[in-house]
Amino acid sequence: MLQIYCPYCKQTREEEEFSYAGEAHIKRPSDPQAASDKEWGDYLFFRKNPRGIHHEMWQHSAGCRRYFNVIRNTVTYEVLESYPMGTSPSEQPAHAATISTAGELQ
Amino acid sequence: MEKYSLFKLFNHARTYNENWQRAWRSPVPKSDYDVVIVGGGGHGLATAYYLAKVHGITNVAVVEKGYLGGGNTARNTTIIRSNYLWDEAAQLYELSLKLWEGLSQELNFNVMFSQRGVLNLGHTLQDMRDIQRRVNANRLNGIDGVVLSTAEVQARVPLMNCSPNARYPILGASWQPRGGTARHDAVAWGYARGADALGVDLIQQTEVTGIRRHNGAVVGVETANGFIGARKVACVTAGNSGVMAAMAGLRLPIESRPLQALVSEPLKPCLDTVVMSNAVHGYISQSDKGDLVVGAGVDSYNGYGQRGSFNVIEHTLQAICELFPSFSRVRMNRHWGGIVDTCPDACPIISKTPVEGLFFNCGWGTGGFKATPGSGYVFADTVANDRPHPLAEAFNIDRFYSGALIDEHGAAGVAH
Repeated sequence: MLQIYCPYCKQTREEEEFSYAGEAHIKRPSDPQAASDKEWGDYLFFRKNPRGIHHEMWQHSAGCRRYFNVIRNTVTYEVLESYPMGTSPSEQPAHAATISTAGELQ
Repeated sequence: MEKYSLFKLFNHARTYNENWQRAWRSPVPKSDYDVVIVGGGGHGLATAYYLAKVHGITNVAVVEKGYLGGGNTARNTTIIRSNYLWDEAAQLYELSLKLWEGLSQELNFNVMFSQRGVLNLGHTLQDMRDIQRRVNANRLNGIDGVVLSTAEVQARVPLMNCSPNARYPILGASWQPRGGTARHDAVAWGYARGADALGVDLIQQTEVTGIRRHNGAVVGVETANGFIGARKVACVTAGNSGVMAAMAGLRLPIESRPLQALVSEPLKPCLDTVVMSNAVHGYISQSDKGDLVVGAGVDSYNGYGQRGSFNVIEHTLQAICELFPSFSRVRMNRHWGGIVDTCPDACPIISKTPVEGLFFNCGWGTGGFKATPGSGYVFADTVANDRPHPLAEAFNIDRFYSGALIDEHGAAGVAH
């Protein structure tokens, strides 16, 4: 059972209170009318799916119902950090170190 | 290859079964192969077998990081059926089912394929309408299927709670008599033995760590035990497909998630068919050994740890106990999770890639076991001829750019 910290409620709660919302930081094509089929396909369907550190979105669906970002290790299921939408994770160097040990493939 | 027969059994019994030949060799890898298949599960071994058998390409190696059939081939609920909604998927799974029907003879290995029938329950009016639509589509595709009433379902599965007062009332079901189950590891072993006899090298305990390319074409794979040259590389690595794709600088429309299943202590025969319910996220059958094999839903989040969330099995077992009140005191023996490669349209990807000589067969998600023979058959054809097999054309990776998705969430959904 994952224990996830909601950055809005400022509480660590059990996984069942949350809904998974997929990979984080995916940018919608900036000019939708001009985007090619390739760009739309990449945006809609293609994912990093890393074995290791994953940046993902969760919704606190049984709580404040807001979306936020989580950094989680997909092998050990360790939840490393939660941060609100529109912000960046705080400790880049620490994550970089975990990335190399967990073997994420860029 | 030593042919298995009653006569052989008798003869070996006379010599205290001490002289059985090994089912396959453990060869030292050659420096160069025509085709290297990455992944020694059912699909990879089937691909190797059909490459050698149908296309005469025997200079083939299967490179496996663990042992043969030790991944999802050993981590599923062994249900086999072909009642998919759309023509493309139905025909692919039907090819597979037809191959299953002759597989034990073909491989001279008992895969214990048991056509005990598969029930898909309908709990609501909409479920029943979907079932009717799917059964009609199946019949138009030449696939057997019948819509059963509540009374007919009760007659087939006396233990199930079909009363109108049940928490999940059963309004009817679809029934595919040709569906059933098979012995999971026998399939991997049968294909491994068949492929080995035709000259394929099965290389175990060798993890692929990189895909070497030259001028945009594949030249071989880097492994933990050194480089192996190859003109073509075929990746059949299920949950780890994304990792393999990243080695070649590609991305896939796949997310890897844990799917769980569990088995009970062995019981006397009490359930002689496969019961599945999409609505309550559970499916159950009884193995020949007597244990109840229960499959749960897929976890909602990505993960590579071969275990799943407790709340998912809890939910499934709660539903199973509602359907079969008498199973509520059965003790569960073992529980496992496999990493399934889920695609946005719940259909596989059998495709060439932008890298010349690199092929992918992945995205089978939660229902790959049933497709093992068909998947190997069409993928071998695709790799051998450098163009998609007619049945695999629709499963090209380009469908995620063209939009021609084959939405099988209804038939694949959760139940496998």
